[in-house]
Amino acid sequence: MYEHLETAQNPENLRRVVIDPVTRVEGHGKVTLLMNEQNRVEQARLHIVEFRGFERFIQGRPYWELPVLVQRLCGICPVSHHLAAAKAVDQLVGVDQLTPTAEKLRRLMHLGQTLQSHALHFFHLATPDLLFGFESDAARRNIVAVLQAYPEVGLEGVRMRKYGQEVIRMISGKRVHGSAAIPGGMNKPLSVADRDYLLEDIDDVTNWAQKAVDLIKGVFLSSEEYHQHFAFIRTNFMSLSRADGALELYHGGLRARDQFGNTIFDHVDYRNYTDYLREEVRPWSYMKFPYIVSLGKQQGWYRVGPLARVNNCDFISTPLAEEARQAFLAYGAGSPVHGSLAFHWARMIEALHSAEEIKNLLLDPEILGTDLVTKGERRPEGVGVIEAPRGTLFHHYRINDDDLVVKANLIVSTTNNNQAMNESIRSVADRYFDGRELTEGLLNNIEVAIRAYDPCLSCATHALGKMPLQIELIDATGTPVDCLTKDSSGAIQRA
Amino acid sequence: MSMIAAATPAPVLVFGYGNPSRGDDALAPLLLQALQSDDRLAGASDQVEFLTDFQLQVEHALDLAERRVVLFADAHVSCPAPFTFTRLSEARDDSYTTHAMSPAAVLHVYRQVCGRAPPPCYLLSIRGQQFELGEPLGDEARDHLEAAVAFARDLLSDTTPARWQTLAASG
Repeated sequence: MYEHLETAQNPENLRRVVIDPVTRVEGHGKVTLLMNEQNRVEQARLHIVEFRGFERFIQGRPYWELPVLVQRLCGICPVSHHLAAAKAVDQLVGVDQLTPTAEKLRRLMHLGQTLQSHALHFFHLATPDLLFGFESDAARRNIVAVLQAYPEVGLEGVRMRKYGQEVIRMISGKRVHGSAAIPGGMNKPLSVADRDYLLEDIDDVTNWAQKAVDLIKGVFLSSEEYHQHFAFIRTNFMSLSRADGALELYHGGLRARDQFGNTIFDHVDYRNYTDYLREEVRPWSYMKFPYIVSLGKQQGWYRVGPLARVNNCDFISTPLAEEARQAFLAYGAGSPVHGSLAFHWARMIEALHSAEEIKNLLLDPEILGTDLVTKGERRPEGVGVIEAPRGTLFHHYRINDDDLVVKANLIVSTTNNNQAMNESIRSVADRYFDGRELTEGLLNNIEVAIRAYDPCLSCATHALGKMPLQIELIDATGTPVDCLTKDSSGAIQRA
Repeated sequence: MSMIAAATPAPVLVFGYGNPSRGDDALAPLLLQALQSDDRLAGASDQVEFLTDFQLQVEHALDLAERRVVLFADAHVSCPAPFTFTRLSEARDDSYTTHAMSPAAVLHVYRQVCGRAPPPCYLLSIRGQQFELGEPLGDEARDHLEAAVAFARDLLSDTTPARWQTLAASG
């Protein structure tokens, strides 16, 4: 689609623009644009410093440590790594089916994680762009400004986020570093008091999620032409789905559909993922480029995450979210929705589903059960896959006779979306940059396209004093001709 | 929301944030670990609450409610060694890197959420240098941590606002 913008013919003769780091995404990202003398973009790339050495971080450790250890890979979605690792470790201890209570507790925890993650992204990272405009005053594009201008939206976002965190805390006993999931099950039951505590607020949370769906739908359709075409790319989609085709976040088979909604593969046992997916290495990026084997490198890349899941599923099992999905489907008129900003719409449909399903689980008597652990016969290899908030997450481990990990392979959601994010920024660059003066607002369009995917670049390190934003323009001779710098307080200066 | 109107919390909150598996980013979690192992502080859980997280986020504004005084603790790459102790002011944080908010921005969110001024909040910044995944705490950071723990123990022995203010003002 925009592959011609991946590598310029004569990069040495082009002007270079660097957005470093991309903000409001998790971790460090950098965008480089090479532009010719007519300000036409000839090359656009998103560079990401991925989880540095995290396979090395895992290898050599005893397998039972993994569910706790991997939470430290990421400051934003530790629960996703915790649960994906736990599913892989279940297989290492020979368990294919948890007790009903253990599985429901894990699902509840995962839904809490999904709810809080989606709330954080939508209300605090995306609404500043969506409500104020992509090229509005940078000083207004933050959560504090949202709280001032739209106090109700901002407060409900904070409270949804808090509620999701409380779900996690009630199950794991801690906000972070919890050891809720253990090999073959869970380590503690949910008390009646904790269940009742969570039930007190769930109707409010569901109501806020429903309003959030209405909000994003309204925003999206208010400038439908603009929002549909912003960072528009046609892609394949991949996700887990339930055996009956329902939206599934915790456990299911792999499903991939093409840009028209035709099935590429379905009900695939994810333990065989290497038969269906490969990862390509490119010399200019730290991050790999996964693709569907049967389609090849050029045609086989795909998107994961909320947009993929809502496009891919046949229905959603909870009524309000299914009603919202029907409206989403109607917008697509029978075809998958491809606009990158539709990620936000799909994300809120999933938040609504999470709230509804949390209530269902809290009202299920089995959630209070005490039969929590299943035992089996040890195996040398395990694969765990879940639908993390940002998309399909793979954890694959192999252990030796001493129970130490000798091989680990993780494919995180953001890696699955690597090619798609690159294509999206090329779409934006191609559409909005030609012949225009570079401004902070214009460059924010690039960042808006990336943020739609809610990429998680695993950077729990956050020491104060870092995270400036610098944009450099370098002419064809390599001489810097312009430089915009934003310091950690947000002040922007031209050097 | 019932969780906002929860039972009255301990009057003093110590909130340390950082990733224990990323080198010197573990400084604040280790500070809290040391303080919590102090018998005197451990026996005063109705007076002092310890919370940790990987990084600050908007919902942490709700943790400030009903506190008399709050101490944030974090690793800092450029503060003077071994640590600094400063009074925090609310700031409308214009840096929109909100996957990890500044404590000043959390205070500002508190005012938006709760409709009133936040309690007096202070920041203990401990000098760190390397933050790589899987790395242990560095030798220099270990020295800085030791000094910070001693300071924090003394700080928590008398949480009178005027005393903290004096200590912060004296740098």
